[in-house]
Amino acid sequence: MSHALLLEGVHKSFGKHEVLRGIDLTVDEHEVVCLIGASGSGKSTLLRCVNLIEQIDAGRIVVLDEEITARGVDANRIRRRIGIVYQAYNLFPHMSVLRNVTLAPTKVLKQSRADAERQALELLERFGLADKARDYPDRLSGGQQQRVAIVRALAMKPELMLFDEVTSALDPELVAEVLEVIRELAQLGMTMLIATHEMSFARDVADRICFLDDGLILEQGPPEELLSTPREPRTQQFLQRIIEAGRL
Amino acid sequence: MAGEGERRSDPALAASAESRRSRILDTSGGRGGVAIASVSTIVVFGLLAFLITRAPGWPEVQKTFFDWGEFKSSFPGIARAFKLNVKIFCIAEALILPLALALAVLRSLPGPVFFPFRLIAIAYADLFRGVPTILVIFLLGFGAPALQLNAVPTSTTFWGIVALVLVYTAYVSEVYRAGIDSVHPSQEAAARSLGLTRLDGLRYVILPQAVRRVIPPLLNDFIGLQKDTALVGLLGALDAFNTAQIDAAATFNYTPYLAAAVLFVAITIPLARFTDWLVLRDRRRRQAAGVAA
Repeated sequence: MSHALLLEGVHKSFGKHEVLRGIDLTVDEHEVVCLIGASGSGKSTLLRCVNLIEQIDAGRIVVLDEEITARGVDANRIRRRIGIVYQAYNLFPHMSVLRNVTLAPTKVLKQSRADAERQALELLERFGLADKARDYPDRLSGGQQQRVAIVRALAMKPELMLFDEVTSALDPELVAEVLEVIRELAQLGMTMLIATHEMSFARDVADRICFLDDGLILEQGPPEELLSTPREPRTQQFLQRIIEAGRL
Repeated sequence: MAGEGERRSDPALAASAESRRSRILDTSGGRGGVAIASVSTIVVFGLLAFLITRAPGWPEVQKTFFDWGEFKSSFPGIARAFKLNVKIFCIAEALILPLALALAVLRSLPGPVFFPFRLIAIAYADLFRGVPTILVIFLLGFGAPALQLNAVPTSTTFWGIVALVLVYTAYVSEVYRAGIDSVHPSQEAAARSLGLTRLDGLRYVILPQAVRRVIPPLLNDFIGLQKDTALVGLLGALDAFNTAQIDAAATFNYTPYLAAAVLFVAITIPLARFTDWLVLRDRRRRQAAGVAA
């Protein structure tokens, strides 16, 4: 059985601090998996390891039958196949929205500028950003910037998308428009691994939710099951705090 | 939220930056402000002129430094010689800009493989920022031709340029490096995440932002270089400074130095205004692009 993504015994330390302590996780094609857990539980590090921004210390990561953590694998080629969107958008401030989206397709995939722009405009159009194509990022709201960041990743036609708390830096009224984009991607069948604090969104969009605690996946299951009747005491505690904060 | 607030462009902030820019001409307070500024300017400069011209040594100073006849007769020759300063400046700058950038990039390369390159870059910058420019010019200008090697040019101007390039490349590379360091690491992460190579990330994402940020300090070093071209005159090249020195020695009048100074200032001041304009234009263009679309 082939998976879109497979992690086996993944360990990662920063100095003495072990952030990931043996992660086993699979994501099937067209599946949407949400990672929940407290800050510092290892969600972001896990995503950064999958995108090879961080090097793992032990274990292996396989994307569509290719072990990407094997020796001698060209990291640039792997990153092309995996899109990632960060909490802080990280758009290129000196480029227009359109150029932000077309940079990688022209420089990495060697598409012609005209092709890349046509494709970029289609994507921007689909996500309601066509009128922003010539703007620079600092003219856009946070929600618009984050949607551009998603479009920028999609322009590379990734086989897998990673989202790292993409709504955490947004004003509450801008969260919905970004989540709407991710919902749409889920309907289109995009394989996604999403680290999030938005429990109701996770319940809504995820096929499966994984609860991360102190570098381990403590519990996972279908949203209703995990959010309503968690088995582990730590999961119950975490969800209790979320409910008290009024976010579930 | 904090991150959000920072990123959204704020018209009030832009306006205050605009007004900071023209603080010299800031006459806030309306028409009354203009009047007050005029009166205050006249009083201050009038007082200065009064004090200086009343100094006991003023007639002597006026004769040796501000002799109009001397100025008129020496100016054309010094102006011709000044072309050499401009030439030295242009050649040196054209070499310094790419060399310094290469040095800065070399120094920013991570990983153990590049350690020797970083070491060389650091040693170079430390050495040539530490030794006085005039010593480098003398050592190269008098030392290199003395080797009498066939392939080595003996022109003092040539070696003067080499010395200036060596010294200023060290300074300018530090300016570039500060610019590269000022670009947040998340920008590189974003570029690499899209599959761009380290080199492409540097070229399309990091350097354009870095260079834009350091244009004002770069120009500062341009101005310093333009002034330091006068040091090449000490090797014997007939530049504006050396020509003024010869004129002064012939007449025992120092007005030719003033003529040379006027020529230097005539280049450096427009250069300073030009940078201000570049920075402003860049900002305006980005804002206009936002409004037009």
